[in-house]
Amino acid sequence: MKSPRAEQPLAVRITHWANVPLLALMAASGLQILAAFPEMGPKGAPAGWYPLQGWIPPAWMRAGDWLAGARHLHFGIAWLLVANALVYLIWMGTTGEWRRRAFNPRRDARNALDTLAWYVRLRRSPPEQGLYNGLQRFSYTLAIALGAVEVLSGLALYKPVQLSPFAALFGGYDGARAVHLLGLAALLAFTLAHVVLVILHPRALASIFTGGRRT
Amino acid sequence: MTFSRRTVLGFALLPLACDSAKPHEGFLGLTERLNDRVQHRLLRPGKLAPQEPESAVTQEGEFPLYKVADDYPEAPAGWKLRVHGLVKSPLELSLAELRRLTPTRFRVRHHCVEGWSAVAAWHGVRVSEMARLCGADPRARFVEFRSFERGQPSEDAEAVRYYSTWDRESAEHPQTILAYARNGAAISREEGAPLRLYSAVKLGYKMVKWVDEVVFQPVRTGGYWEDLGYEWFAGV
Repeated sequence: MKSPRAEQPLAVRITHWANVPLLALMAASGLQILAAFPEMGPKGAPAGWYPLQGWIPPAWMRAGDWLAGARHLHFGIAWLLVANALVYLIWMGTTGEWRRRAFNPRRDARNALDTLAWYVRLRRSPPEQGLYNGLQRFSYTLAIALGAVEVLSGLALYKPVQLSPFAALFGGYDGARAVHLLGLAALLAFTLAHVVLVILHPRALASIFTGGRRT
Repeated sequence: MTFSRRTVLGFALLPLACDSAKPHEGFLGLTERLNDRVQHRLLRPGKLAPQEPESAVTQEGEFPLYKVADDYPEAPAGWKLRVHGLVKSPLELSLAELRRLTPTRFRVRHHCVEGWSAVAAWHGVRVSEMARLCGADPRARFVEFRSFERGQPSEDAEAVRYYSTWDRESAEHPQTILAYARNGAAISREEGAPLRLYSAVKLGYKMVKWVDEVVFQPVRTGGYWEDLGYEWFAGV
């Protein structure tokens, strides 16, 4: 018999909460950088799909005061955020925790759809679930994938020449810039939904502080 | 791996040490030095920026032309390029003499620190060719490019010359040139005439316009924007 595991072991709690200030600083310094050129598309060829051409995020959403300050903040905090992500991923891999956390379409797809149906009142009762339901596994795994997209598109923007294969992945420098911003918007949407849902399920909120039940 | 006392202190004081008004200090200064080293490591001297197609060239008038002086500066009469420092034979070259040296031409994407990109074709003499002609010493690991443009870094400061210092490897990259033509025509006063630095491997603010001096030197000095807080290496 294996010794019982907490719902949210210490490594998960630490890396989870470390993400909060780090992601907030990355987002806010990123928006300060955006403010220096709040447009999508290269000079002389603005992107038609972007509805916010010229829009500068309000001051409370920005950090770093000015372009140079924000860039230093962005490229400094990035190391801490990536280090935090690596600790989490290595811990997940070596402990096998990913098995009960990562989205596995064959196991979780049906459950994810049933949970969604319950949330939108198309179903009377929630489907059975263990630590997480399928929809949680899907969205948490999606958030990690979005993080990876942000790192890759960020590297493409940082070094569009020396790391040109990364830029090519996103259709060049300006493509990478668009993906980097859309990735932020998606992470923001995830965070909002995450906060709303956790308020509706206070037991999950408690366990990310205390570790929760041992099973 | 050992950490200096400064490193440990830098991390311990993280919340206090992120002063965006002084980005060369504290935690941000620490990570800037780390990032400078990583960027230098990432630079592959033989790696060329991709040639952009003719159709990608930015329309005339859409390519921003920045300056720090109140007006675009006018070249002084009898302008010559001076190449000196840790070199065997210092040079003084007129534009006509520069035009007789082996020319290089490429059409690449320009990356501004602000986030915009634009495309133009540039035509000029490689800095590596200048280094060869003057016999630059290998101990000169840095190259300072000086402009005759003068600007005030802040409202109450005295006007200083625009300048920027580069690592020798980026300066001698095959796509780093002292350019005298753009999109097939001689560069205009607004574009940095008679001579400007152009490179595919640095951000725009490193590419000094209205150049009149190139100094090969063993010490790392700053730059107009770098001294104000912008990162020093600024490779792309």
